[in-house]
Amino acid sequence: MSIDMSQFHQVFFEECFEGLEAMESGLLSLDIGDIDPEAINTIFRAAHSIKGGSGTFGFTVVAEYTHIMETLLDEMRDGRRQVTKQAVDVLLGSVDCLREMLTSIQNEEEVNAQSVAQHQSALEAELNGESSANTQTSAPVMQPSSQAIAPVQAPEDDDDEPEIEEEQGWKISFCPYLNLLKTGNDPVRLFRELSALGQLTSNVNIQDIPPFNELDPEECNISWDLVLVSDATESAVREIFSWVEDDCELELAPLAKPKKKKKPKAAPIVAAPVAAETKEATEPVLVTPPLVVKKAPAESDSSKNAPKASSSIRVDTDKIDTLINMVGEVVITQSMLGLIGENFSMDKVGQLKRGLAQLERHTRDLQQSVMNIRMLPISFVFSRFPRLVHDISTKLNKKITLKLVGENTEVDKAVVELINDPLVHLIRNSLDHGIEMPAERIAAGKPETGTIELKAYHRGGHIVIEIIDDGRGMDKSKLLAKAIEKGLVEESAIMTDKQILELIFMPGFSTAEQLSDISGRGVGMDVVRRNIQSLGGNIDIISELGKGSTIAIHLPLTLAILDGQSVAVGDETYIVPLVSIIESINITEKMLNKVAGKGETFKLRNEYLPIIRMREIFNVKSGAATKPNEGVIVVVEGQGALCGFLVDELLGQQQVVIKSLEANYRRVEGVSGATILGDGSVALILDVPGLVRLSVC
Amino acid sequence: MTEKNEHEIDDMDGETGTKKNADTSTIIQYLSFVLGKEEYGVDILRVQEIRSWEPVSRVPNVPFYEKGVVNLRGAIVPIIDLRERFSLSKPEYTPLTVVVVLQTGSGSHTRIMGVVVDSVSDVISIERTDIQSAPDFGTKVSNEFINGLVSVNERMVMLLDVDKLLLLEALEQNDY
Repeated sequence: MSIDMSQFHQVFFEECFEGLEAMESGLLSLDIGDIDPEAINTIFRAAHSIKGGSGTFGFTVVAEYTHIMETLLDEMRDGRRQVTKQAVDVLLGSVDCLREMLTSIQNEEEVNAQSVAQHQSALEAELNGESSANTQTSAPVMQPSSQAIAPVQAPEDDDDEPEIEEEQGWKISFCPYLNLLKTGNDPVRLFRELSALGQLTSNVNIQDIPPFNELDPEECNISWDLVLVSDATESAVREIFSWVEDDCELELAPLAKPKKKKKPKAAPIVAAPVAAETKEATEPVLVTPPLVVKKAPAESDSSKNAPKASSSIRVDTDKIDTLINMVGEVVITQSMLGLIGENFSMDKVGQLKRGLAQLERHTRDLQQSVMNIRMLPISFVFSRFPRLVHDISTKLNKKITLKLVGENTEVDKAVVELINDPLVHLIRNSLDHGIEMPAERIAAGKPETGTIELKAYHRGGHIVIEIIDDGRGMDKSKLLAKAIEKGLVEESAIMTDKQILELIFMPGFSTAEQLSDISGRGVGMDVVRRNIQSLGGNIDIISELGKGSTIAIHLPLTLAILDGQSVAVGDETYIVPLVSIIESINITEKMLNKVAGKGETFKLRNEYLPIIRMREIFNVKSGAATKPNEGVIVVVEGQGALCGFLVDELLGQQQVVIKSLEANYRRVEGVSGATILGDGSVALILDVPGLVRLSVC
Repeated sequence: MTEKNEHEIDDMDGETGTKKNADTSTIIQYLSFVLGKEEYGVDILRVQEIRSWEPVSRVPNVPFYEKGVVNLRGAIVPIIDLRERFSLSKPEYTPLTVVVVLQTGSGSHTRIMGVVVDSVSDVISIERTDIQSAPDFGTKVSNEFINGLVSVNERMVMLLDVDKLLLLEALEQNDY
């Protein structure tokens, strides 16, 4: 039986990362002192399935590591151990460490042994620190240092080493339940793994096998008595059986000196660390300063994840069922139309029209449900933030609660992937600059605990994400002074409040008096805005000094389809995204004004707007030349400024599927993409902000 | 629309057809086509299909030889007129004008592009050793696109490097 296990790796990793997320959110929601056993159970289960999975796939490092976590969690679950903040922190660190390990394995890289060892010793310190001797207050965990390892390791070795020496093997009685084979486990695989540990002799008991005519080949009627000559620890042996421990009766006894059967859970607690510990000792230890190791998880999160990031997507079965229904409908309509077409006569025209209308409806529904498959709840992004807030607020000694609203709002997968970094940045900013220190807050008459609200909702064809904090807000006069000092604006410039707030999006602008490693390098906000604009969205900021700030991000729901207005310029057709159109008007001569050197403007009610002649900016030569008073002005908003596009004619509104021009070609100034029209020809989609910029320069 | 896949092109292959099954490591097949009075060849494995000319959608503010984009079964594919690119012959577009759809790059970064040529002539099989390096003069096509020269039936065929030819288009975006 040789199955290529690697084909399941992707699924395994996905499940692991999901499990890790579940553990993380579970840990964060643990109420110190008042423990909900169910919450710990959830965490435990996640750890357990990661352990089981990694054991099966042969990622023993992960399995060993998770085993220790599991032990700790198990004690918490049974109430044998208090859940302390410290323990939670250590477990959170372990989640990071596991994630790092799994990412390394996924990318087929070496696991950072030192980082693992450090987390592991922190974990063991936590485990032993309380269970063995309460006198020992665990050394500062999470801060990897040799002190943390040394004191714990020493007594442990004393305890366990003799045990290893005198036990030169194990007598294993393995008695599977009837349903073992049905759970997909194969004893042969277990034995193969056992024999890797040492010399294995097996003795099969076949007395339970029923007469042949009653024999069910799917049931396992055999049991084994195994003798393993090896210096492997009990936990190592149990590890192999961990996947089947619910489906069999397993007895383990040392060969040399038969002991009483240990309580299955108690034994591994002592033994496992030793196995890991001794292994590490023999391995060459990488010499890197501890600081580097601490940074590692963050680094791997951002950069190392990129190359092998999965591009798969998990879809609700309901959505797929709807899709299948829909396809069924389309097929029925198609065959109906086929029947009409087979022997067509004019009296069937009505029928044909009805059929076509039906087809149109079905196609639209189908399109919508296909698009729905790409939609993910925004909680995929939001769920990471409680951890971020927890970590950073601890670091800053601030008291902050994070409120999540509208996590189930659905957005396109591409948006979900790309919005994470900007959001992290904004939230860090709020944490660092927005929310004041507790003392400062009390002095200002605010509750000691600051609140950051992360809110997502739909509005029109957009999703709006708001980050609201009740912190100190932004000081407009300070912003302005800073901008003048940095030479970003003229001293005499007259600016509205909104324009002043938007200064923070200028490159090289940072008002933080002190740089910190959380934010304030002055490279942030302009990148944030650029990222969001590249997603076709925009970012607004409202801030009141002393009361807090609100940052609102508007993003299109999907990046694959847009509502467009097709316009004609000469013989060519272009698509203007409907969201950016304010209005379209036929212009008359008297609305037009020449501005010296800067082209034309026209007066829309009380505002003068610049005109962009599409014919000129795109060098269209075909069709009759248009005078300004013969065309249509499409008033658009881009980059916060209004502008009029002069086109020859408005053609119609339609939903268009965005195709990349860059996939085979290249980026073209003023064009954001292309689409295929009903007649099969290609139309370009205008990049409104780009064009506005193009015309201004 | 005349779509020919590689096998059909192979069928056009006349006398050289017998050599096809020989050791592939030394024999390379090229699709030859005519630009003006000169004959060029591209690696046949790069040729995705050969189509007839159909109207393109113009793309604004790009060099004149980039004619525009077409819809090739759902993909947006740029069309480049090699005759104009190398100033070799007058661009005339008739239903007989041929567009060779080429694939560039490798792995996940493949791109497809259509190039307009005067006519497609033949599939030629060439021994690797028969390819001579290109001299520094004599052709309108800048030397850097040319992999080498080969003579087939007394005619000289210039072998184009597809990747370089089409990569250049992308690099050029800064200086048109």
